[in-house]
Amino acid sequence: MPRPLTIADVEAVAALAHLELTDQEKHVFTRQLADILAYAEQLQGIDTTGVAATSHVNAHEAERDDEPRPSLSVADALANAPDGAPEVGLFRVPRVIG
Amino acid sequence: MSPLASGAREIRDDIVAGRVSAVDACRASLDRIAQVNPSLNAFNLVDAERALARAATIDRQRASGAALGPLAGVPIALKDNMCARGMRTTASSRILDTFVPPYDATVVSRLEQAGAVIVGKTNCDEFAMGSSNENSAYGPVRNPWALDRTPGGSSGGSAAAVAAGCVPLALGSDTGGSIRQPAAFCGVTGLKPTYGRVSRYGLLAFASSLDQIGPLTQRVSDAALALSVLAGPDPMDSTSSRETVPDFSAALNGNAAGIRVGVPRAFVSDGVDASVRGAFDAALEVIRGTGGTLVDIDLPHAKYAIPVYYLVCTAEASSNLARYDGVKYGHRSPSSDSLKALYSRTRDEGFGPEVKRRIMLGTYVLSAGYYDAFYLKAQQVRTLLRQDYARAFESVDVIAMPTTPTPPFRLGEKTDDPLQMYLADIFTVSVNLVGLPGVSVPCGFVDQPRPGGSDRLPIGLQIIGRMFDEATTLRVADAYERATDWNKQAPTV
Repeated sequence: MPRPLTIADVEAVAALAHLELTDQEKHVFTRQLADILAYAEQLQGIDTTGVAATSHVNAHEAERDDEPRPSLSVADALANAPDGAPEVGLFRVPRVIG
Repeated sequence: MSPLASGAREIRDDIVAGRVSAVDACRASLDRIAQVNPSLNAFNLVDAERALARAATIDRQRASGAALGPLAGVPIALKDNMCARGMRTTASSRILDTFVPPYDATVVSRLEQAGAVIVGKTNCDEFAMGSSNENSAYGPVRNPWALDRTPGGSSGGSAAAVAAGCVPLALGSDTGGSIRQPAAFCGVTGLKPTYGRVSRYGLLAFASSLDQIGPLTQRVSDAALALSVLAGPDPMDSTSSRETVPDFSAALNGNAAGIRVGVPRAFVSDGVDASVRGAFDAALEVIRGTGGTLVDIDLPHAKYAIPVYYLVCTAEASSNLARYDGVKYGHRSPSSDSLKALYSRTRDEGFGPEVKRRIMLGTYVLSAGYYDAFYLKAQQVRTLLRQDYARAFESVDVIAMPTTPTPPFRLGEKTDDPLQMYLADIFTVSVNLVGLPGVSVPCGFVDQPRPGGSDRLPIGLQIIGRMFDEATTLRVADAYERATDWNKQAPTV
């Protein structure tokens, strides 16, 4: 049985999810997520020994020939960028190295 | 009389016959939106110029003698989580406040190919996450039957727009009930097709194993017409099905003769409001009167559908929404000096509370140490749920249950307690987990007192079919609709 959720858990999950939460959000989510997880505990009482997992309900052959086709132009792909550099065809981000 | 007083098929037939022009039908829709949207907040965007230009094209095609499509000149609305080239698409989220798609969703190209005229984009819960439309960055939609109540969610704007007579057809998306529940709350028809029946290309992804696009209409026959346009394989969506697409309209023969209708008595006995219970029992008798046979069935794992759903959908959402990071499109936090801070601040500023909550829950249940206990367990119970339905469909052709356990609740009533909000989805989520088609049709009203009068609140009946058997599902719903007049009643907004 998983142990009760703590603020430290919420901070660790927020870091994984790239969400910079405020202290107030951390407190609210700790309580609300704990409520939801406690409710979900009822699944532990169901015997699922040997039961396969369903990840998808409509499995079928989905391969196609790997042929080049037209796609978005660079200009279209960059048109929504908050800091695009269309003259060189790039998205600009803060410096990552050095 | 307004060209919009009739359904999609009649509008199209009137335009083809020259009794009304596509431009007039479009103007009537735009006028009605202008009249009611200040009270309903059903639309995030109305593009009159684009719509009137499209309508004029349809009129020119008719004048030139060209063949017109099955939705020629019909004004329609799109839920604001579907991409239409050049039309701002926000998913009702601050993080996509400025996003203008460079391409059309497959459903958009199919509708426009059929002659439909898109008048605007409808308000919804942020990224389709919600059951009340209160999780929108642009404010809640109000129920046309009672303005202080929820229209349902997440496709609340589409349901309200159809109920208020703004458009005869709107598209919604349904991940856990987001077409059927608002249809029930607004007194209109809402169809969630079988998973894979309609392409998801261009739908902003929430939970990819559950999401499905479908129509909201005033009539079952219009839902059948719309599905014939929307359905079919699409090379741009590898999960779209290659199953044959039948003529759904031809299946509507006006009766349920020979149809075995399963009723999960134990599942629908607990926690259902007396008004819903009464309307549901009366609806079963009407279905019996149209030739259907009622058969008791058992769905022993259906009561676990809520925890299974909220573990599966949040896990998928946490992955799908990782793409919103302030780099390629949408909001970017202005105060970031590192890439990591850019991601985290952008997402904190851009997402609303429910979306953050679901990303957090999904990230948690997928994280090391909890995956087996939560996510894997939920996927295993999802299998048991599929087996329940498979067993039931050995002895019945469709299953009937209420769409929601209560009539539409008040705005603000459940916003402080997310778990209470989730529990309201009990009758809709299992259909998505199993992949089945389901349709909600109006099956009655309940009068609820308010200061100075009373509100007339709609109730919905849900018919669920076998995989890819929308034809029988719609046939039973249509037979029920013809035997009643609930769908002809309109709110006074």
